[in-house]
Amino acid sequence: MTLLGLLEREPSHGYDLKRDYDTYFGRSKPLPFGQVYATLARLSRDGKVAPGEVEPGDGPDRKRYTITDIGKLEFETWLREPVEPEPHLQTVLFAKVVLALMLGRSAEQYLDTQRAAHLQRMRELTELKRRDNLIDALLADHGLFHLEADLRWIDTTAARLPYLAQAVAS
Amino acid sequence: MSIATKALDVQTTDYLIEAREVVFDFGETPALRGANLSIREGEILAVMGPSGSGKSTLLHCLAGILTPKQGEIRFSGQRIDTLSENKRSELRRNSFGFVFQFGQLVPELTAEENVALPLLLDGLRRNEALSRAREWFERLGIEGLERRRSGELSGGQAQRVALARGLVAHPKILFADEPTGSLDSLTGELVMELLVSAARQDGTTVVLVTHEPRVAAYASREVIVRDGLVTSLTSDTRAL
Repeated sequence: MTLLGLLEREPSHGYDLKRDYDTYFGRSKPLPFGQVYATLARLSRDGKVAPGEVEPGDGPDRKRYTITDIGKLEFETWLREPVEPEPHLQTVLFAKVVLALMLGRSAEQYLDTQRAAHLQRMRELTELKRRDNLIDALLADHGLFHLEADLRWIDTTAARLPYLAQAVAS
Repeated sequence: MSIATKALDVQTTDYLIEAREVVFDFGETPALRGANLSIREGEILAVMGPSGSGKSTLLHCLAGILTPKQGEIRFSGQRIDTLSENKRSELRRNSFGFVFQFGQLVPELTAEENVALPLLLDGLRRNEALSRAREWFERLGIEGLERRRSGELSGGQAQRVALARGLVAHPKILFADEPTGSLDSLTGELVMELLVSAARQDGTTVVLVTHEPRVAAYASREVIVRDGLVTSLTSDTRAL
């Protein structure tokens, strides 16, 4: 869907799409060329993009792809829909705390270790933000706010451990 | 150990400032119950913990504002909790800088006079002090506000003035107690960015009390104060 969005902007070669995808969306995981062409072939088969004429020149990347009306409609619909909120009611964090309490292990020690790991990641993201690139900052902020939410849960859980131990034991 | 150093109670140490087994009570209420903390030169340390855990009390003990009931505070190996109030006051002026949650600027003074205050208290001539203060307005992006009084500044501007005041005398340690606590998220980030950049550039050690993980993430290491005791989440080797 992201590639469709990039094509909505302007007709592009596969190479341009990969470059723009990696710049904005693939910081930690660049898109393999194979996947770009496989996706374009699928979108083309489904009538969502149309390949142009083969352009003269060297190299395999000689087709410019254009989004079709069907593709535009699909992209527009996707863009308007909210993403499913993910409450993560059964996280690994939760399972570890409950199991530690159930088995008489130190849940507090686990929470401290987890807190340190979260803060270390937040430190890395904060450094990323400090590079003065707004796209990086936007991406890092998303991670920072989610980690912060986890940390608030960790703090609240740590404060409630004695009561939770009773609840798990009963 | 010479007689002179013995009298001053100086020890060789790898740490710039240390709290050793520090106990402090507010009347019947215990605030610190044997707190230990060692901070290396150039480190930016976040002191975290829930409200009422004793983190601000620990900062005030380290900075020589409060005197522990038991235990020791050492700065560059020298015990400072046993110094006279005059000597501690001199130490605070010469070696420590402070930033608090609400800026705490002197309302009768202009912004540049507020920044120059530590230099004036240290005996610098007024023109020289104001000239050095003005350099910080450009450095922290608040040029043009020099003549305003605190009532004419936004929260973020006032906190940047307070930061300039905390750093103008090039302290060895900057003590910052919830420096972004009264600011919105984006302004708080700006203040933290300026604080950390200035501290790193000048090699200033920072002790940062905060309950906000996003603020603590600017530090190189963090500790948690819980029930008057300090828990280190990680070793301090990263600071080396």
